[in-house]
Amino acid sequence: MLDNTKVPGLAIDRVGKVFQQAGKPDFRALDDVSLTIRPNEFFTLLGPSGCGKTTLLRMIAGFEHPSEGEIRLDGDPITGLPPNRRPVNTVFQNYALFPHLSVAANIGFGLEMLKKPRAEIEATVAQMLRLVRMEEMADRKTSQISGGQQQRVALARALAPRPRVLLLDEPLSALDLKLRKEMQIELKRMQAETGITFVFVTHDQEEALTMSDRIAVMSAGRVLQVGAPRDIYDRPANHFVANFIGDSNFLTGTVVEMSAGLVSIRLVNGAVLEASVPSSVTFGATATVVVRPEHAVLAAPGEGVIAGEVETVIYFGTDTHFHIRTGEGATFIVRQQNRRGDAAVAQRGEAVSIHLPPGVATVLAGEA
Amino acid sequence: MRARPATARAGQKATDVRYQPGFFTVALVCLIVLYAPIFVLVGLSFNANTVVTSWTGFTLDWFAKAVQNDDFYSAAANTLTISLSATVFSTMLATAAALGTTRGQPWRGQGAAYMTISLPLMVPEIITAVATLAFFSLLASVFGINFGIGNLIIAHTVFCIPFAYMPIRARLEDMDLTLDYAAADLYATPWATFWRITLPLLLPGIIAGAALAFIVSFDDFTITQLVAGPGQTTLPIYIWAKIRRPLTPEVNAMCTVLLMISVFFVSFSAFIGGRRR
Repeated sequence: MLDNTKVPGLAIDRVGKVFQQAGKPDFRALDDVSLTIRPNEFFTLLGPSGCGKTTLLRMIAGFEHPSEGEIRLDGDPITGLPPNRRPVNTVFQNYALFPHLSVAANIGFGLEMLKKPRAEIEATVAQMLRLVRMEEMADRKTSQISGGQQQRVALARALAPRPRVLLLDEPLSALDLKLRKEMQIELKRMQAETGITFVFVTHDQEEALTMSDRIAVMSAGRVLQVGAPRDIYDRPANHFVANFIGDSNFLTGTVVEMSAGLVSIRLVNGAVLEASVPSSVTFGATATVVVRPEHAVLAAPGEGVIAGEVETVIYFGTDTHFHIRTGEGATFIVRQQNRRGDAAVAQRGEAVSIHLPPGVATVLAGEA
Repeated sequence: MRARPATARAGQKATDVRYQPGFFTVALVCLIVLYAPIFVLVGLSFNANTVVTSWTGFTLDWFAKAVQNDDFYSAAANTLTISLSATVFSTMLATAAALGTTRGQPWRGQGAAYMTISLPLMVPEIITAVATLAFFSLLASVFGINFGIGNLIIAHTVFCIPFAYMPIRARLEDMDLTLDYAAADLYATPWATFWRITLPLLLPGIIAGAALAFIVSFDDFTITQLVAGPGQTTLPIYIWAKIRRPLTPEVNAMCTVLLMISVFFVSFSAFIGGRRR
């Protein structure tokens, strides 16, 4: 084997998956997906349900086989290997703990199947119990521990054989909000402590942004954008990504001036806006611009670029959302941080304008 | 306890069968019809009189007599040989059938297979009995093959399969398939997955199926009566033959012993099922 093909990490190479269903047209779950996941990376597959993220995860685990393309781990193709011969472990959405085995036996199961010596299994199980802070629960049955604890056991069980890649299939979705926040931090800690590559599947954009080194946003079997959380949030590649990750305001206008990385867009109401451009645009073309609600600022009528009227005021504790009905009849959301003692900045029905500071607007690529 | 709103209570009463008029009476009559004869039978096995139906005093003589009866012993030995063998074979086959019809990729004819396995439950037993008899006489007359008591074991195994199959299949359908995936993910080969995960979790279903198969085989009369050859008398047939002679409480004692064995097996399987859940 040539050494230059030994690229470390997990390579998804032009993978596609077609499901044949009796009496129904074929369903394309994955379409030409290529990704390179680096060693020791916390990589998230993010998308709505049915986008193919779980199918892709199941393919990496070996439960599903690609219709086309190849999956390579550290340069070696693993596409043809059954699940039990892949150095990859999974944390299942419903945990799938073995109900007839104790917590410790669950954690040791993988090592036992790998025929490791008894002493090594015991030492690793003890170490894993410490890692997930479950030392006292070793002899419990899995039905005698709480959901959060089951989650930890599932994690310990998957980490115990020291897989090269750990797959996590929406593992936090069954937990309540507070526990989920705790586990997000725990997962990050464990990933740092073990140095194992994590591939995390979720439909929760906030979870993806908080935890990931990089995110792949998926929709309808395709990867739309891959990047660090900040890249994806600040420079969404298209309408779908902008809409799926966080709240977004979309404005349409014409490109009237171009310079390096910046363009001026004339909006429908005549105002001119400076926006950053991730890729190239054509002079005179119609462009869609995205503005995050927290980047826009409410101003007195006439001061900002867009005029409107406050339609709804929603108080969130840390911040307040103002839904502004603009002159064009669209709704524009402005999010303002609350400070102690502040009265509401604007009341329902009040005439206001929206100020967009320089650099807050981004042109979406490839959109009319 | 707080009183629930009247409307909710009325709505519940309308749908809850326990609130229907006459529920208690009907239930009581059903229970009496079901269990009173059994209690009478058991009670009369302690009757000192030789005429079963007239009570003259308490005795354990009939049990002693039944236990000392060589024919009863040989019938019991035959019954246990046949029932235990049929239970083991039918449970193994039923387990394989249940795995084949619930696990893996759905296959063409899976529904038909399920129907075929469970159909014997709906075929009148006398038809199965006559067909089995015809089959074995054909084997004997054309090929000269006679398995002796093996004939009965084969016949019992066959009709026990659907009884063993039902609870095993029910248990398999309740089982989470992700557990198999999890085992495979943790480096277990398909065989290791079966032995370490599927089988232990399926065990309550297998025990329930085996207990059911045992009971069905243990007290089978119709098929056994037709297929059994000389010297292959089982307990139900022995008791039936005894009843045709002047009826003594010895038969009651034998029935009581049979009943105890049945109750033991049913309780055992219920206990295992309950403990495992």
